Amino acid sequence: MKDFLFNFKMPEHFLVTGDPLIYGAQVSIVLASLAILFVLTYYKKWGWLWREWLTTVDHKKIGILYLLASLLMLFRGGVDALLMRMQLSAPNLNFLDADHYNQIFTTHGVIMILFMAMPFLIGLMNVAIPLQIGARDVAFPALNAVSFWMFAAGCMLFNISFVIGGSPDAGWTSYTPLAGNQLDPGPGQNYYLLGLQIAGIGTLVSGINFLVTILKMRAPGMTLWRMPLFSWSTLITSVIIIFAFPVLTIALALLTLDRLFGFHFFTLAGGGSPMMWANLFWIWGHPEVYIVILPAFGLFSEIFSTFARKKLFGYGAMVYSMLAISGLSFLVWVHHFFTMGSGPWINSIFSISTMLIAIPTGVKVFNWLFTLHKGRIEFKTPMLWALGFIPVFLVGGITGVMLAAAPADYQYHNSYFLIAHFHYVLIGGTVYGCIAGLVYYWPKITGFLLNERLGKWAFWWFTAGFNMCFIPLYIVGLKGMTRRMYTYPAGLGWETWNLIATIGAFGMGIGFIILVWNMIYSFRRGEKDTTGDPWNGRTLEWMTSSPAAEYNFAVIPKVKGLDAFHLMKKERAEGRKEETPEIKPIHMPKSEGFPVVMSAFMFISGFGFVFEWMQIGAFGLLGCVITMIWRSFNDYDRDYYIPVEEVKKTELAAGRRV
Amino acid sequence: METTTTTKGYQPMEYKSEEGRLKIFGFWIFLGAEIVLFSTLFATYFVLVNQTAGGPSGKDLFEIHIFATETFLLLTSSFTCGLAILYMRRNSMKGYLIWTIITLLLGLGFLIMEIEEFAMLVEMNAGPTRSAFLSAFFTLVGTHGLHVTLGIFWVIGVMIQVIKRGFTPVTSRKIFMTGLYWHFLDVVWIFLFSTIYLLGVV
Ligand code: HEM
Ligand SMILES: [Cu+2]
Repeated sequence: MKDFLFNFKMPEHFLVTGDPLIYGAQVSIVLASLAILFVLTYYKKWGWLWREWLTTVDHKKIGILYLLASLLMLFRGGVDALLMRMQLSAPNLNFLDADHYNQIFTTHGVIMILFMAMPFLIGLMNVAIPLQIGARDVAFPALNAVSFWMFAAGCMLFNISFVIGGSPDAGWTSYTPLAGNQLDPGPGQNYYLLGLQIAGIGTLVSGINFLVTILKMRAPGMTLWRMPLFSWSTLITSVIIIFAFPVLTIALALLTLDRLFGFHFFTLAGGGSPMMWANLFWIWGHPEVYIVILPAFGLFSEIFSTFARKKLFGYGAMVYSMLAISGLSFLVWVHHFFTMGSGPWINSIFSISTMLIAIPTGVKVFNWLFTLHKGRIEFKTPMLWALGFIPVFLVGGITGVMLAAAPADYQYHNSYFLIAHFHYVLIGGTVYGCIAGLVYYWPKITGFLLNERLGKWAFWWFTAGFNMCFIPLYIVGLKGMTRRMYTYPAGLGWETWNLIATIGAFGMGIGFIILVWNMIYSFRRGEKDTTGDPWNGRTLEWMTSSPAAEYNFAVIPKVKGLDAFHLMKKERAEGRKEETPEIKPIHMPKSEGFPVVMSAFMFISGFGFVFEWMQIGAFGLLGCVITMIWRSFNDYDRDYYIPVEEVKKTELAAGRRV
Repeated sequence: METTTTTKGYQPMEYKSEEGRLKIFGFWIFLGAEIVLFSTLFATYFVLVNQTAGGPSGKDLFEIHIFATETFLLLTSSFTCGLAILYMRRNSMKGYLIWTIITLLLGLGFLIMEIEEFAMLVEMNAGPTRSAFLSAFFTLVGTHGLHVTLGIFWVIGVMIQVIKRGFTPVTSRKIFMTGLYWHFLDVVWIFLFSTIYLLGVV
């Protein structure tokens, strides 16, 4: 027992040493943390932080937390990207060494997909979905907080790796045997396994939460077929999450057992199968890429129809194509390893299923174009991002079909052609969608309008930089440059293109800075959105004030058709008399402290297991279980009513009739 | 928000509140995710079932009387758990408590047998680190066992709350959800029993 409790095995280097970049990071992290602690204490903000943010169960606030975290992660992942591009800007550079480069492409990939793209979209869902379906919150508000804090714990755990213990370095795919104990000992790879595991719990819970919310909490009259497309895409995404994430959970757990406890799932020595990791990973991984694209599709659909001032063209086809994509997304995973010897039959089948996805996707693109056709298009910033998405996504999609042809893939596989392809879909689709959604919902989130001029600058810098960065990468890919190489010799005809790509990457960075500046600027100088409906929107979220009151709707709206709010406005313009329904006391959930406590224990547990300090790991898990038991015993009186008087006061203060 | 969707005028207490209905529905979805989780483990088991690395296989290790008794205990506990819910519906605290305690004892018996089985295997040098087959076996069966363990704690926790508060919409919802969970673990065991143990010994 004593041996168990006091056995702290130390890795060779607990704090990462030897690199000036990392020393700088360590010092700035310590300084920044101290500064935050100081500011919170000096201005006596701890109570405020706890009451308003750490314990909130309001979907709108949780959405803001998600968005803040993902913007921060976009910054971190972006810095990783710029470091890599600097290293590759010319041949034979030694700005990053091979080990460091390996770590950086790994953290870049993981952070961008799991800690940036997905939480960004889940954040937007939190902001918009309950409003869009006319609900007062999600189905399980406390679990929603659990989702966020689990994500936050996993994300923090993963992010501290580069200063404590060293980052994972086997790529975001972490293929075995490379990621196994023998070839990659030490805490780095454990960070990958535990960080993703903890964050994954949060994602799964979000999936369940949004599924139940959308199926069960829609306003009266809103049948499934009257639901806006962002709600549809969230519904379908939730289903994909529920089917895909348990597979990731298992894959990570099995590799953790291999690494920490000497099991043999993926080690050849005991008869294990390294190939099984590739299969499990991509059975989750391919659906994952649809988890990050479908919500973006949903957002684009909203934006196109709003700014073309038209009903979305082919609503039914849009929904069915998303359903088809979600089904197919589980049937294509082998295309990630055509070259690993699955044989002609299997390769052919997966080649065809992959190409099939192009059909529903094409349907969607045509429907968007027809929505624009004869529309009165307004080039506001959200619309710019949506319009920009179509051509770049097309390039990404077409090169995707090229990669899907298995024999040809033997040429493209793991080259920069592939890198360029998936950045065209991930950036051109997901990131454009996230930014479009962010600027579209910004007034609803904050009550301020963004500056249109700055918004346009951000868009053009980002778009120009993006194409300048990745078109050259297609070319060097065809010229034979492979991914994950930390440097290359001169004389292969790669130099110029690489230099152009690096310059383009910095252009994107400038676009990002302008975007963030615009957000800060809007708080200071921005125009206030007094109407709650800055874009002349068509769906229910624009019916509320900006930002919406904590109860969202004083009276739950009645939905009479698709684009419900548009219909209401039309009726009002036609002078039809409106009934003013009576306000009743509103039932609300109370704040909850347990999600953040539970996640803190989870973080401790994860940290313990990363360093194979099993006692710490067990302690954290125990804390987590005890918190859950405590919550179960205190599961009573978790709600309260807002009295009518107070609702009326809030509504009047927001300039609404009551 | 007290809409009622009664069938023939009768509606169990756990379904009476909107919150109760939502939570039970959400729990069903969660069980769906659990099915995916176990299916993945089953898949890994079947990939690795013949990878014994020169070590023992299922035929050498599984003993019919052990896993048959385990099955008997768990299946019976599922039945008694159903009885407990029946008595809850009849508002009989005594019946609920008796059958819940019997369920717990049966579950505990199952768990003790499983732990003994594992200990025996480890002693025979057939622990999870022996071969890929054994890694997969221990992980799959162990995951189920871990679920049963959590289930036992959960049922006890809910029972204490029921003793303190009686049958209310909230406590009866909790009872109902633990019941669902318990039956679910039973179903998973049926698959474990038939595809791992039975197929393993033939
Ligand atoms: C800000 C602009 C970005 C730039 C300049 C950039 C650049 C790069 C570079 C240079 C690599 C490594 C290539 C290699 O050595 O193999 C890479 C890999 C990767 N990037 Fe990006 N990237 C950007 C944004 C994104 C975004 C937004 C995502 C996802 C949403 C993303 C996902 C990935 C993934 C998954 C990898 C593969 C990592 C691996 O090999 O394990 N990137 N990126
Ligand atoms: Cu794929």
